[in-house]
Amino acid sequence: MTDPQPAIRLTGLTKEFGAVTAVDHVDLEIAAGEFFSMLGPSGSGKTTVLRLIAGFEQPTGGTIELFGDDVTKRAPFDRDVNTVFQDYALFPHMSVLENVAYGLRVRGIGRRERIERARRALASVRLEQMGDRKPSQLSGGQRQRVALARATVVQPKVLLLDEPLGALDLKLREQMQVELKEIQRELGITFIFVTHDQEEALTLSDRVAVFNNGRIEQLGTPAELYERPGSRFVADFVGTSNLFDDAVSRELLGRGGVHSVRPEKMAVGSGETGADVRNAPGTVVETIYLGSGIRLVVDLDAGVRVSVLEQNDRNRVHDDERGDRVVVSWHDDDVVALGGADAASAPAA
Amino acid sequence: MTMNATAPASARGAASDPPEPDRADTAPGGAPRRGIPRPKATPARRASVFLTAHPRVRLGFLLAAPLFWLGLVYVVALAALLVTAFWSVNSFTGEITTEWTLDNIITVLTGSLYQTVTFRTIGVALLVTIIDVALALPIAFYMAKVASPRARRLLVIAVLMPLWASYLVKAYAWRSVLSQDGILEWVLAPFGLHTPGYGLPATVITLSYLWLPYVILPIFAGLERVPDSLLEASADLGGKTWPTIRHVVLPMALPAIIAGTIFSFSLSLGDYITVNIVGGASQMLGNLVYTNVGAANNLPLAAAIALIPIAIIFGYLALVRRTGALDNL
Repeated sequence: MTDPQPAIRLTGLTKEFGAVTAVDHVDLEIAAGEFFSMLGPSGSGKTTVLRLIAGFEQPTGGTIELFGDDVTKRAPFDRDVNTVFQDYALFPHMSVLENVAYGLRVRGIGRRERIERARRALASVRLEQMGDRKPSQLSGGQRQRVALARATVVQPKVLLLDEPLGALDLKLREQMQVELKEIQRELGITFIFVTHDQEEALTLSDRVAVFNNGRIEQLGTPAELYERPGSRFVADFVGTSNLFDDAVSRELLGRGGVHSVRPEKMAVGSGETGADVRNAPGTVVETIYLGSGIRLVVDLDAGVRVSVLEQNDRNRVHDDERGDRVVVSWHDDDVVALGGADAASAPAA
Repeated sequence: MTMNATAPASARGAASDPPEPDRADTAPGGAPRRGIPRPKATPARRASVFLTAHPRVRLGFLLAAPLFWLGLVYVVALAALLVTAFWSVNSFTGEITTEWTLDNIITVLTGSLYQTVTFRTIGVALLVTIIDVALALPIAFYMAKVASPRARRLLVIAVLMPLWASYLVKAYAWRSVLSQDGILEWVLAPFGLHTPGYGLPATVITLSYLWLPYVILPIFAGLERVPDSLLEASADLGGKTWPTIRHVVLPMALPAIIAGTIFSFSLSLGDYITVNIVGGASQMLGNLVYTNVGAANNLPLAAAIALIPIAIIFGYLALVRRTGALDNL
């Protein structure tokens, strides 16, 4: 973020589809070399922003700058950005090598050089043996890597990734997350990553923009978003939150407004006391065994259902069951204020 | 069978009994479950049960009618045509003699009239095919990739609409359009141009018109199957319009284009009505068949002539196959 010229600068970016405003006056700066994620539920406008940056859609208003150049009106083939598509969009009639070499071919680079460079790109994603195959003969993870090689072989300034791991199973997805991060570090280019998976966004990114209703709800590092969510929406969407509305907050915390406490910041029957410890009695509704942890769902007497995450470590002594009476405790500084009752509940309704 | 039938029943009873008290406090009664009657064993139901257990019988019912049609009406008729080509006509009585002879085939292959007409027919069919593909590609692309869903529906209807009118009516309409005092002459006269009149150009124009829907529809269907993301990927990687068309759209649409050309090419090869109506004095293979069946009363020779387009189509399909365009069908 020391670079004075951001890789991407969006100013008042707006896109309307008929009566629907998909992107609503978005202002955003993404630094060169950053791994940036756009996170949000489907229909929140994150993919549209990506397609606007790529040039597949024309904005209704606002501008897009790429390293200081206004590219708003330029065609996709005139922009130094490349896309890894959600469905990979590999050309089915071309071999894997031809797919990777495509961007070099349409740029008029000679046959020998483009094959050489495409081979190197394939090697960088560990698919050098697969060059002669057709995309249909590859597995999902391999296709994903071909798409990555195809987009990076033309050395874009910014790489756009549209939910690229969405179609992969969990194990492969975790493996590809690590690989993506490595590739980004090697290439040193800006990655803009669109996902609806908050865990993925937190794992991979330097910074995350949380989208909701075509706007950026909150922008920050993964830790900032998780520890200090700025709104009820972010607290709910990024990770799991126990939300206390105005009435519950008054009873449990002694002050009004909406508050949130993360499940792992709560404990059951810890026996802790102190000025900043809050205790609330309740009844266990459900215990869910997670392997590394145990999730307890507790109905507090104050009239709110909370989720408590306990580590399954050697210190764990309680074996609470459904119907048991327990005391849930947490520290005051783990409580995040999400603003006044009216301000917070209005957008959610 | 009986063992199997009773065992699950008792197992079901044993499994459902113990949880009964537990369920009673959450959903008392359980009457809704008992309220669903078992399906009655109607004849239709029994037939379904039988068919479910006998896949071969099922397949037989599915395919009996079409196989009967294909086998008897289609293949046998075609075989009869082939056989007839090797018979001859007694020139004195006009009766068909069922003696095997290659005379008809030799006549058709060596006669200069037949050669000229064959090449003319191939030329017309090729020209019609080229014109149709050139017209169909942009329309089909617009329908599949550019138009809104509503406009797409309207265009599909518009493309199909000419098929609602009789072939004869359309051919005669073109006869009137192309005539010396027709609309075309009236439109072209201010530019110093004239209607081509009746002849081969008129035949090409009319046939191109007649077969255009048959070329547009398969190409449209083929292009519709090309995901938009592939076109976006091409543009994203730096492909401008023409490289995208050449490297992505055309190769992917090739099987559909071939399918369209098979329609226009084979329909043109066999046509004789259009050339009769707007072709002036020119003859195509179809006319020769027609005159030999009718006026000349020489069915064996007609059959031999009819083998020419069949042979050409087989040659065309073999050629297409070698390009690999049929691999993706």
